[in-house]
Amino acid sequence: MSAIVGAESIHEHAEVHEHHHSQNFWQKYIFSEDHKMIAKQYLITGIVWAVIGISMSVIFRIQLGMPDSNLSWLKPILGQWISDSGKLDPNFFLALVTMHGTIMVFFVLTAGLSGTFSNFLIPLQIGARDMASGFMNMLSYWFFFLASIIMFASIFLQTGPAAGGWVIYPPLSALPQSHPGSGMGMTLWLTSMAFFIVSQLLGGINYITTVINLRTRGMSFDRLPLTIWAFLITAVLGLISFPVLLSSVLLLIMDRHFGTSFYLSDIYINGEALPNVGGSPILFQHLFWFLGHPEVYIVLLPGLGITSEVIATNARKPIFGYRAMIASMLGIAFLAFIVWAHHMFVTGMNPFLGSVFMFLTLIIAVPSAVKGFNYITTLWRGNIVFTPGMLFSIGLVSLFVSGGLTGIILGNSALDIQLHDTYFVVAHFHLVMGAASAFGLFAGVYHWFPKMFGRMMNPTLGQLHFWMTFIGIYAIFIPMHYVGIAGFPRRYYQFTSYDFTHKFMDMNLFITSAAIFSFTAQFIFLWNFFYSIFKGKVAPQNPWKSNTLEWTTPIIPGHGNWEGEIPAVYRWSYDYSKPGAKEDFIPQNIPYSQTLESNFPHENELIASEKDIEAQNFNDQFKSAH
Amino acid sequence: MYYIIALVALVFVVLTGIVIARLQNVLKSFKSADTDEIKHTGNRFNGAMFLVVLIVGGAAVLWSYLDARSEFLPVASSIHGRRTDDLFWFSMGVLTIPFIFVNVLIFFFSWKYQYKKGNTASFYPDNHKLELIWTIIPAIVMALLVFTGWRAWSDITGDAPQDAEVIEITGKQFNWITRYSGVNDNQLGNYDYRLIDAQNEVGIDLSDENSFDDFMGPASAIHIPVNKPVLLKIRARDVLHSVFIPHMRVKMDAVPGMPTKFWFVADKTTADMRAELNDPNFNYELACTEICGMGHFSMGTKIIVEDEASYRKWCAEQATFLATYPEYLAKVPDNLKAKAMKYVPEGSVTAAADSTTAGSVGSGTSSLR
Repeated sequence: MSAIVGAESIHEHAEVHEHHHSQNFWQKYIFSEDHKMIAKQYLITGIVWAVIGISMSVIFRIQLGMPDSNLSWLKPILGQWISDSGKLDPNFFLALVTMHGTIMVFFVLTAGLSGTFSNFLIPLQIGARDMASGFMNMLSYWFFFLASIIMFASIFLQTGPAAGGWVIYPPLSALPQSHPGSGMGMTLWLTSMAFFIVSQLLGGINYITTVINLRTRGMSFDRLPLTIWAFLITAVLGLISFPVLLSSVLLLIMDRHFGTSFYLSDIYINGEALPNVGGSPILFQHLFWFLGHPEVYIVLLPGLGITSEVIATNARKPIFGYRAMIASMLGIAFLAFIVWAHHMFVTGMNPFLGSVFMFLTLIIAVPSAVKGFNYITTLWRGNIVFTPGMLFSIGLVSLFVSGGLTGIILGNSALDIQLHDTYFVVAHFHLVMGAASAFGLFAGVYHWFPKMFGRMMNPTLGQLHFWMTFIGIYAIFIPMHYVGIAGFPRRYYQFTSYDFTHKFMDMNLFITSAAIFSFTAQFIFLWNFFYSIFKGKVAPQNPWKSNTLEWTTPIIPGHGNWEGEIPAVYRWSYDYSKPGAKEDFIPQNIPYSQTLESNFPHENELIASEKDIEAQNFNDQFKSAH
Repeated sequence: MYYIIALVALVFVVLTGIVIARLQNVLKSFKSADTDEIKHTGNRFNGAMFLVVLIVGGAAVLWSYLDARSEFLPVASSIHGRRTDDLFWFSMGVLTIPFIFVNVLIFFFSWKYQYKKGNTASFYPDNHKLELIWTIIPAIVMALLVFTGWRAWSDITGDAPQDAEVIEITGKQFNWITRYSGVNDNQLGNYDYRLIDAQNEVGIDLSDENSFDDFMGPASAIHIPVNKPVLLKIRARDVLHSVFIPHMRVKMDAVPGMPTKFWFVADKTTADMRAELNDPNFNYELACTEICGMGHFSMGTKIIVEDEASYRKWCAEQATFLATYPEYLAKVPDNLKAKAMKYVPEGSVTAAADSTTAGSVGSGTSSLR
C-alpha cells in the first residue's frame, strides 16, 4: 500500500479543499466513508473471494474429470475431507459445489461487481462529491465484511459448510439430520446471508438516492452514462428482491430452530415422523427465485453497463441506440420479476403456471436481442482500440449472446423437462451470467484501474489474460452443453452409478483441463493487478480519451473528488468521432458554445440553455449544511 | 479425445509463446516511452486474433459437435419424448442461426474496424428502423417457439388417460420405493406418513380397502407395461428428490407433503431397446436429479419395460403387502377384515384375528396435533 499512501499524501498537500481535514490510517483505509476507498475495499474483498470460489470449482472439476485420481496432495488444505485412499469426501463435494455457487453469485459478482463499480463510478460519473450517505456506505461494506467472515468461518467447520446447493432448498437445508452440511454450516450460511442482504440494502438505497439527488448541474437523466443507468436499475432490482430472500431465510431459520412448519410437511426421516404438517417446500422455491431470478440481472446488468461505456469509448463511436439501451434494461428489469418460476417447471407447480412463465420468460429474449445488436452496431465502422477493457467487453457480448440463446431452450417448459438440473443448465448460466458478468468485472477493472490507483495496468498482460480466459471459457462451457444434452445431472459426485452416464469421460476430462487452464490464466491478472498498484506506469489524465466526468478529476481524486467546483454537464457522454470536431471525443463538461464546428442544429439551440445550467444550484453536498 | 486436448494445449502453448515474445518488445518500448499518450499496443495482433479465434473456434465447435453428436440425447422411448426431442432440435436449429450470425459479426467487425491511424469512426447514434427490425424479428421467432412449446407442454402435463397404469414412486435417502395399485382395482390405497415404519415404508393406510391388493415393487427394478399410459404418482419421504428417466424424457420432483405426478407412454420394451442399440446389457434407468444429500449421485434404480401380458403375469406373481406382512391385518377395521382376508395367505391369519384396536388411525388427511 505504500505507493498509494505516498501518492495520496503528496496529492493531499497540494489539495485546496474547503472540507479538508487530515485523516488517520483507520479513517482513511479501514473505516473509510469515502466512496472510492469503499469501492476498493469491495474490489479487494471480491478478488479474495473469487480466488477461493474459483479454486473450489477447480477441486470439484478434478473430481468430475479425473474421478480416479489420487487427491492426497490436497490433504494439507482439505484435511479430513480427503480420505486415506486419496478420495474426495462426497459430502464435501456437495459443500464445494454449494459454496462455489454462493461465493461466486453473491460475494464476487454481486458485492464485488456492483459494490465496486456502483460505489466508485456513481459519484464520479454523475458529478457528486461522494455518496448520499457516506456512513451508510461504510456500514454497507462492513456488513458485507461481517457476512464474509461468517461465511469464511463456516468453511472450517468439522461438519463442513452448507451443502444443499446454493439454492438451499428445504427440507434438506432445514433438517440437520438429513445431511451434515445442514447443521452448523447451514446456520452460518443463513446468518451470513442475512447480514449480506442488510449490506446490499444499505448500499442499494445509497446508490439510488445518490443517482436521483446528487447529479451535477446539467446531468439530466438522458445524459447519464449507461453505466449509471445500469447501476441504478440494478440497485432498484436488489432493493425489491433482496428483502424477499431475507424473509425466506428468516422463515427457514424459524423452521430450523423454532419448530415452525413453513416449508415442512409429512416428513419421515431417520425412523421418526416429524410433527410438522401443512408447510410447503415449494413456497421456499417461489420466495427464493423471486430474488434468485432478479439476482441474475443484478449480477449481469452492471457488466452490461460497464460494457456499454467501454465499447463506446474504445470503438470511438457513440453507443448505438442510447435510448433503446435504457429501454431494454428497464424492460429486462421489469420482466426479471415475473419470470422466476421458470426455475420450477418440474417441481410439481401447476402446469398452467408453467405455460404463463414460459411465455413471460421467452419475452426477455427480445430486449436482450436489442442489446446484443446495439453492441454489434456500435462496433460497426468504429475505430476500435483493443485495450484489455475493450477486449473483455467484446468478449462479454459474445458470451452474453451465446449463453443467452440456450436460455431460450431452457425457458421452454416442454424442453426443460429433459434438461432441467442437467449440465445444460450449468453451461447456460455460467456463460450468460457467470462468465459474462466476470468479463464485465474485468473490463471495469482494466478500464478504471487508472482512476482507482493512478497507475496503468500492463496492457499486454491484460490482452494475454483476455485471450486465455476467453478461449478457456468457451472450451469449458461449449462441451458442457454436450454433456447436458446427454442428460448428465448436475451436483453428482461421480458418474459411475449409471449406464447412461457411462460416456463422455474424455469430454469431462477436457472440461476439467480447460477449467484448470482458465484458472491458471487468472494469476496473470492477479499479478498484473497487484504489481500495477505499486509499480504500474503513472496514469495520464485521460488515458482512454473518454468523455465521462471521472476523467476530469485529478489523476488521483482526493476526498470530494473535484478540487474547486464540480463541473457542469452540457451533453451526453457519447460524443465520440463527431463530424467536424477537432478531436475524436468531446467530454460531457464541454458546452456546445465551444464546439460550434461540430454541433448539430438542435444542439445549437441548446446553447441558450447553458446559462440556465450554470445558474443552477451547485448541488454540492459538501457546501450545503450536513 | 486425448489428442484434441494435446492439440488444444499446443495451440495454447504457441499462443502463450507469441504473446510472451511480444511482451519482451513491449516492455522494452515501455521503458523508453514516457509520453502522456497511451500507445495502442498489440492492436493489430488482437485484431488478427479475433479472426483466428473465429475460424479455429468455429471449426472446433463444429467438429466437436459432430463428434459428440452420437452421444447426445439418449434414444427416446416414449411418445412425448420423441416430440420434445423434435422440438429441441428444431429450436436448436433456429437458434444456431443467430449464434453463428452474431458471433461472426462480433469477431469480424472487431477485426475489420480495428484502430488505424487516420481513420475516423462513423458517428452513428441510432436508426429507428433497424432497431424496430431487430425487436420485431426476435419477437416473432419467440412467439413461434412459445406456441410450439406451449402445445407440447399442455399435452404432456394434461390429465392422464383413465386407463393409465397407476404406480406410486416414493423417494427417500437414498433409494426409491415403488407401490403398485394391485391386480384388482388399479387404485392405490391411502397413505399417511405417520404410519411409516420399517416394513410399511410408504405409510400405507390399511383402513382403506383400496390398499388391500397393493403390492410393493422389488428394489431391483421397476416394471412397467409397454404402449400403455403409465401414471407415476410421485412422493418423497424426507427431502426433495426428483424422478428422472432419461430415455423416457420424464422428470418430476418428489416433494414431501405435496404429491406430484407425471404420465407417459413407453413404447419400446427393454428387449426392443437392447435389439435397437445392439447392447444386450442395456437397461432403462431412473435417477435422482434434485440434490438430496450424500448418496444423491447414486440414488437410482432400473426400469424394465415389457409387453402387457408379461407385465400382468409379473404383477400377479407379486405378493400383496398384506400377504408379505400379515401382521398388518390387525390395522384393518373389522368391517373390512373379510375383504382383506382374500389377500392374506391361509396359514398366517390366526395371529391377527382378534386384535381389534387397529383402524383408529386417521386416513390420509392430517391435522395439527
